[in-house]
Amino acid sequence: MAEDDQKRVSAAARLFDVRRVIGGLFVVYGVIVTLLGIFDSPEEIDKAEGVRINLWMGLAMLALGLFFLLWLRLNPPKPPQIDESEEQ
Amino acid sequence: MEVLAASGLRLDLDIFDYLILVLYFGTVLGVGFAARRAIRTSADFFLSGRAMPAWVTGLAFVSANLGALEILGMAANGAQYGLMTLHYYWVGAVPAMVFLGIVMMPFYYGSKVHSVPEFLRRRFNNSAHLFNAISFAVAQVLIAGVNLFALALILQALLGWPLWVSIGLGAAIVLIYIGVGGLSSAIYNEVLQFFVILAGLIPITIVGLVKVGGVDGLMDKVRQSPLGDAALHTWSNTGSSDANPLGANWIGIIFGLGFVLSFGYWTTNFAEVQRALSAKDMNAARRTPIIGAFPKLLIPVVTVVPGLIALVTVKGLGAESGDLTYNNAIPLLMRDLLPNGVLGVAVTGLLASFMAGMAANVSGFNTVFTYDIWQPYIRKGRSDEYYLRVGRWATFGGVVIGIGTAFIAAGYDNIMNYIQALFSLFNAPLFATFIVGMFWKRMSAWAGFWSLLLGFLASLALYLAHLGDVIKFNSDLEESFWGAGAAFVVAVIVAIIVTMFTPSKPESELRGLVYGLGGPSTGADVIISGEKVWWRNPVLLGTVAVVLAVVLYIPVW
Repeated sequence: MAEDDQKRVSAAARLFDVRRVIGGLFVVYGVIVTLLGIFDSPEEIDKAEGVRINLWMGLAMLALGLFFLLWLRLNPPKPPQIDESEEQ
Repeated sequence: MEVLAASGLRLDLDIFDYLILVLYFGTVLGVGFAARRAIRTSADFFLSGRAMPAWVTGLAFVSANLGALEILGMAANGAQYGLMTLHYYWVGAVPAMVFLGIVMMPFYYGSKVHSVPEFLRRRFNNSAHLFNAISFAVAQVLIAGVNLFALALILQALLGWPLWVSIGLGAAIVLIYIGVGGLSSAIYNEVLQFFVILAGLIPITIVGLVKVGGVDGLMDKVRQSPLGDAALHTWSNTGSSDANPLGANWIGIIFGLGFVLSFGYWTTNFAEVQRALSAKDMNAARRTPIIGAFPKLLIPVVTVVPGLIALVTVKGLGAESGDLTYNNAIPLLMRDLLPNGVLGVAVTGLLASFMAGMAANVSGFNTVFTYDIWQPYIRKGRSDEYYLRVGRWATFGGVVIGIGTAFIAAGYDNIMNYIQALFSLFNAPLFATFIVGMFWKRMSAWAGFWSLLLGFLASLALYLAHLGDVIKFNSDLEESFWGAGAAFVVAVIVAIIVTMFTPSKPESELRGLVYGLGGPSTGADVIISGEKVWWRNPVLLGTVAVVLAVVLYIPVW
């Protein structure tokens, strides 16, 4: 059993990169929430105790999303390795 | 139920909030289908092909524990017990996570087992294995059901969705993304969930703190609350059990919570350990729980602090039933403080955390069911494709049983609490059995089985005595400390006694499973040295995490 795991080409290595998913979703969330923040009504800002929370959280989420996409760009996933030289 | 149906907790979501929610569900399902392309073997399905980088498995490790029951429960504890709730993180989690990474992971990962029960089979015998595999599998599906029911309750209160809609929808989404994409999908979604959950909780803390006048304002107001100054200290009132809100003294906190309960949970719970087993190499596996320990240090900022904010801003919080129970601390703050937009993110984060909890249960269940029950005892020696298929059916079956549990829970008050309490009873003797078995090569095969069984019965006996008022404890919490302690002691004693009367296993069968017995990965040199690069060295990272846990206590002594 255990040897089988090792010998097969590690399929998950071919998997898409999770950084793209996180980056993508947070960029979209960031844009939506930032835009909402820009056009927030005074009542909504009042509800949040005067904090422009949509604007700040939107920008923060946008920054996080861009960070993941940038990280992916600078350090792309290695191509799948087809070898058995696991450990030892 | 009717009370909640006409809830004052109802949130006013607008189209953008729903857009955020729908985008999230779409992404989760997309990850599931994308992960499917990478699944060729059962190991891909159950263990992500052992190819994950450490930061991914580390965040998944902490996220698998960041279920909504945990988040809402810790905020509730924050409102009820004050800063003593921090013990659940800094004493009750971080040291055990570090211990798992430094000391125990070389045995788990190095022996190439697929699961925690499989380790028991190879170290002890089939009886110990089957006892643990079945109790774990049953616990996982029932707890998945508890999660599902809690999800449905909160959606009914917040959004007005009928219970059956939420139960069906939540179950369907988890079923699809795990059944299709396996553990890779669960792990990737957990990493995503980690960030969404934080993005939902952070604005609650920020706006809440502004409302109460910052940290100083919060402290002042808590001092004037019924909890008083005792809520702002973690250790200084723990000389005796009745001088602090938690109702536990320092011995109980350190040994009961910090040692037996938390080590039992973190180091032997396969739903957690599975994340580390999917890491790409030994070093990444060892760093998995340690990387998880760093966010764990800071999570109380977005759970315990909102609990305190709710305590001082929500009038009447702490009711026995209805909208104002402690458990609703976070939903109440969402209602009071968040404008549309971040409100949608917060609701999404809450749903994400329910799914994180349930997905961890289901992906642990399908692996143990397939590798530890079906393959060794029911249908041996079939093709890998066959077991992959079994895994998918097990996922389906597990979710269906979870749905059944959810509907049963809907009919009986408090059944959720009993289910969780019952299965926590299995953890404490497990840790004792593991730790003795890993470091004492003479411990016999049958000693493993009997110490598990009798340790469990010891904590069960104390629990029942507590329920029946035969023995008086200050609180449920105090009972759980003592019950876990009793289980641990009984398990160790039984292990020693049974070993004296039954044969030990030959050393050749224990290689890689027991400390000091050859094997490629379990010598002292491996455990100590690890990696030369400092930020990849598990021992160094682990030490930093523990030191930080101690330092963080200083301002809240």
